[in-house]
Amino acid sequence: MDAFSLPFIQNAILAGLLASIACGLIGSLVVVNRAVFLAGGIAHAAYGGVGLAFFLSLPALPCILGFSIFMAIFMAALTVGRRERMDTFIGVLWAVGMATGIILIDLSPGYNVDLMSFLFGSILTVPASDIKVMAAVDLVTISVVCLFYKEFLAMSYDTEFARVRGVPVNGFHFLFLALVALAVVMTIRVVGLILVMALFTIAPYLTERMARSLAGMMAASCLANVVFVLSGLWLSYRFNLTSGATIILVAALVFGIFVLGERFVSWLRG
Amino acid sequence: MKGSKTGPSSKDVAGGHGQVPDIEIEDCSFAFNGAPVLTDVNLRIYHGDFVAIIGPNGGGKTTLVKLMLGLLKPKKGKVMLLGDEPAKTRCRVGYMPQYSTGEKGFPITVLEVALLGRLGYTGMGCRFSREDKEAALRVLKLVGMEELQHKRIDDLSGGQIQRTLLARALVSDPEVLFLDEPMASIDIDGQTMLFDLLGKLNEEITILFVTHDVGLLSKYIKSVICVNETVFFHHEPKITHDMASLLMGRAESCPVEMVAHGLPHRVLGRHKGH
Repeated sequence: MDAFSLPFIQNAILAGLLASIACGLIGSLVVVNRAVFLAGGIAHAAYGGVGLAFFLSLPALPCILGFSIFMAIFMAALTVGRRERMDTFIGVLWAVGMATGIILIDLSPGYNVDLMSFLFGSILTVPASDIKVMAAVDLVTISVVCLFYKEFLAMSYDTEFARVRGVPVNGFHFLFLALVALAVVMTIRVVGLILVMALFTIAPYLTERMARSLAGMMAASCLANVVFVLSGLWLSYRFNLTSGATIILVAALVFGIFVLGERFVSWLRG
Repeated sequence: MKGSKTGPSSKDVAGGHGQVPDIEIEDCSFAFNGAPVLTDVNLRIYHGDFVAIIGPNGGGKTTLVKLMLGLLKPKKGKVMLLGDEPAKTRCRVGYMPQYSTGEKGFPITVLEVALLGRLGYTGMGCRFSREDKEAALRVLKLVGMEELQHKRIDDLSGGQIQRTLLARALVSDPEVLFLDEPMASIDIDGQTMLFDLLGKLNEEITILFVTHDVGLLSKYIKSVICVNETVFFHHEPKITHDMASLLMGRAESCPVEMVAHGLPHRVLGRHKGH
């Protein structure tokens, strides 16, 4: 197919692959830690970083990255050791991050930037420089997850037991949310910060019940995300649709079929 | 037989004199959101003891264990584990937390769960070593879970999960073993088997186990701790009237006496006025 010879399509495919890996790895941790709301909070608060980048005329990606990690650390400090009771604070930070972004863009001089591309992604316009940043972030994510796999596993499966065994679980809570921020930022280009949650949750949900280990779940989630992103990309190109939204709807369709199928099977069994 | 509220004057378990206790609690109190959970706890547990921690639900049994492990900090008083602060020494104990049926869906195998008990042996940033895997297989064999090692944990029965969690607690060669409701969801045969295993382990290590089922006092048990806001430590495997009334909450309520040797059985005590 001649579409693959177009440089922007090649970049889009590369960006999609890199985002799939980060979201598969970190999304699996998010799902098994039941931290979807927390990840949503970080993803949306990242919008404040977009505003900050425009307000200060700084390069977007590093600025969003810094702001997101700051917000992730803030949320980690609020939720450490008592994750389940802090959803109000997460909700507030979620909204404050977004509001800050909008106000900062209001105050920014000059033309009105294309905010939609940060909310819903613009995978077809990813510049080659961003690909390099994404590859670096992927490398960091993979290294950290591999290096501390057994600690992340222990923390996710049984926090209290991990603490008794000497795992610094509070430190790993911070590291985990910082990794979420990293994954969010690099995925903004692909599907946008509104839709990143779908890549975080759908594939891990589908693979959680089938995998026999967290590592298996991560690998399968990466693979499923690759399928979602590439097929969504192809459909959006073929039918001239917004790529980010198409990717999400492909994932959601598979999700829906899976959930309905599962219900149907359990209904058949009585 | 009077249950003595333990303090410095109480007699220590046989062989305990002049030796640093495995667990020492002095004038400890703990409150949750202002409501007292435990008050004025004094305890000394020496090496080799086999302690049943009994009491009604919500009486503070799990809180007591978490204080001993340093997972909760006392509002007042001092807790020592193996002669030092629990946070420093708790890597030398085995811990089997209360199993909650709500935690379904985590993708992890029996072998991996047992391996998690080896954390602290192999440094951070390393993978589990060959010795870790050998140790995990050894304890899985001990609890009879070797053949199910590659099964996903949530595909197993409650009893099998309990045995896996026991393996995880044992895999670090602990000096003290803490078990929170280890007999929950295990049938009578399984309980007997588990007690036989614990009795054998008790030849070398101290064992504390929490149960809300006061019928569960096996022949291996050496001491009983009764927890219901206050704590009674009794160096015999018996429940006295004082303890029973503490357990039942009111002194005038039906006093129950229970002794178990070998076969589990219950002896109901006198009702007041009979």
